[in-house]
Amino acid sequence: MTIRGLRLGRPHDQPHATSAGAVSTSGGGQARRVPIVPGLAALGALLAAVALLALTQGAADIPPGTVLRVLVDRLPGVTVESDASDAWRRILIDIRLPRILAAGMVGAALSVAGSAYQGVFRNPLAEPYLLGVAAGAGLAVAIAVVSPLPVDAYGLGWVPLFAFAGGLATVLIVYTVARSGGVLDGGALILGGVALSAVWAGATSFLIINGDDRISQPILSFLFGGFNTASWSKVVVATPYLVAGGVVVALHARVLNVLQLDEEQAEHLGVNVSRTKLIVLAAASLMAATAVAVAGVIGFVGLIVPHAVRMLFGGDYRRTLPACLVGGAALLIAVDLVARTAIQPQEVPVGILTAMLGGPFFLLLLRSRKVTL
Amino acid sequence: MIAHPPTPTAATEGRRAAPALSARDVTVTVDGRRLVDAVSLDVHAGQVVGLVGPNGAGKSTLLRAATGLRRAEGHIALEGRPLTAYRNGALFRTVAVVQQAPEAPASLAVEELVLLGRHPHLALLRRESARDHEIARAAMERAGCAHLAGRMLGTLSGGERRRAFIARALAQQPRILLLDEPTSGLDADAQAQVLALLRALAAEGVAVLVVLHDLTFAAAYCDHMVLLHEGRVVAAGAPSEVVTGQHVRAVYGAHVRVLPHPETGAPLVVPVGR
Repeated sequence: MTIRGLRLGRPHDQPHATSAGAVSTSGGGQARRVPIVPGLAALGALLAAVALLALTQGAADIPPGTVLRVLVDRLPGVTVESDASDAWRRILIDIRLPRILAAGMVGAALSVAGSAYQGVFRNPLAEPYLLGVAAGAGLAVAIAVVSPLPVDAYGLGWVPLFAFAGGLATVLIVYTVARSGGVLDGGALILGGVALSAVWAGATSFLIINGDDRISQPILSFLFGGFNTASWSKVVVATPYLVAGGVVVALHARVLNVLQLDEEQAEHLGVNVSRTKLIVLAAASLMAATAVAVAGVIGFVGLIVPHAVRMLFGGDYRRTLPACLVGGAALLIAVDLVARTAIQPQEVPVGILTAMLGGPFFLLLLRSRKVTL
Repeated sequence: MIAHPPTPTAATEGRRAAPALSARDVTVTVDGRRLVDAVSLDVHAGQVVGLVGPNGAGKSTLLRAATGLRRAEGHIALEGRPLTAYRNGALFRTVAVVQQAPEAPASLAVEELVLLGRHPHLALLRRESARDHEIARAAMERAGCAHLAGRMLGTLSGGERRRAFIARALAQQPRILLLDEPTSGLDADAQAQVLALLRALAAEGVAVLVVLHDLTFAAAYCDHMVLLHEGRVVAAGAPSEVVTGQHVRAVYGAHVRVLPHPETGAPLVVPVGR
């Protein structure tokens, strides 16, 4: 966990000739941070590599060179010859590419949302899944599917908005429960989220059991979480919601830095704390809920990625948010790649894999006593 | 570190203009209880005003009311402008607060904390400029924590931590500085260092209002003192007028005595003993 090379919130183009820099390699409680530009470049390269690998792998193995040629050929005004058959082209463009884009978008959204929740709640365990946001969004979508409203869970349509309503309602309930007398109880926040998750999951199960196949199938495919139903239409519908939420969170990056201090200090630095919290919570919930609408309930991504990023880059949100975006995308594309290739021709639901990864991670965090509930 | 005597020139110059901080009949009522009851006080540029009184006297509440964090009746003005006329950003470019037990992540570096003090000066998407870094560096040097710039807060001693948060407030470049018990939990030398810093800031024209627990320290470093008891002002004036046997007995009980310092004549509060 000790990282060489220190940058302390200075513009990276500045020479670093301070006493802090001079002693950065010694011990003694010095803060160590990976420089953000090379760090982000490395993460970006990792993302590109994972995405390319994911495009080549599957029922048909397509060489990376061919993949690249087919992709470049699709760019407007560019024609590149390749040995790809029409079937390969269709697999790449119509199946694998939207699936990988969806996985990347969802991974990025869950990571950024998790990071934002952790900032607003000043709780390192706050995460869309543990807060109950994912289950709340899931129930809202299930209700929408059961209702006579023209909801098409496969094509997405208005589904993200239902999910948003369910997710935001959940986070506000949990927040209200955990906050008493102006003090937010971190343990109550997570326990409340887990309890509410159980209630929402129970209600969703009831809808599944009571419904016929036409209703229960889409709900079920949703709950397990995965990208086997990913499509270009889903990617297109989800993008504006994710961009909107992401822009709002990004605009609050420096305010989130100030919110790492207690609320009174934040007020004393000119932050309208309650208004800011509400805005960031809404934006994070829009992102998390849209992720649920695209891929169902996928836990722990919003916990693992922000933690890893903080260990590397420190706590400055202007560094961690872009790193969460890129890192989250890379992680979920990689997990989805495992999900669809590990036991071919079967698929493992992505949500199961992230739970296998994230559950132990969560326990380690608790055990390390670095987080206090 | 030796107590700087009050600088009369700076204090009298400041007094001609509107006071930096002026509170008139400020009352804070919570659940029908008057935590602060019709308190009036002025702090002028160049002055260190000590706010003293037993636990629960309303000192912290008054401080919160002074920046609008607590809703209060009465009139509060900063540099002649009513508090209500300030927008948040402008308010906290004028006044900075060091609260009693400020929190921050243990992994935050001192320099990162101090840079957060630039927040009220920065537009939404502005990065800290080289100038902001210079101001933060100067604030750390002023507060005596420049050598700790790269250290994580979780590894600091109590006194070092206190200096880091004072540096964060100084990075706001305030003309009014409010501090809530900045010396609590510090050893005598560290207390003297913090108070000497406040005197030095006042000498540069900052108006300082500081809540203090130790009457002897307060009397040694403040130009003016206000003694609060159950939300009301019991005494206000020069330290020798406020820290008297009569006031101290009335407010704190009969277990302490007030003696004049053999060299400076400043009041010393000493225990009666067995």
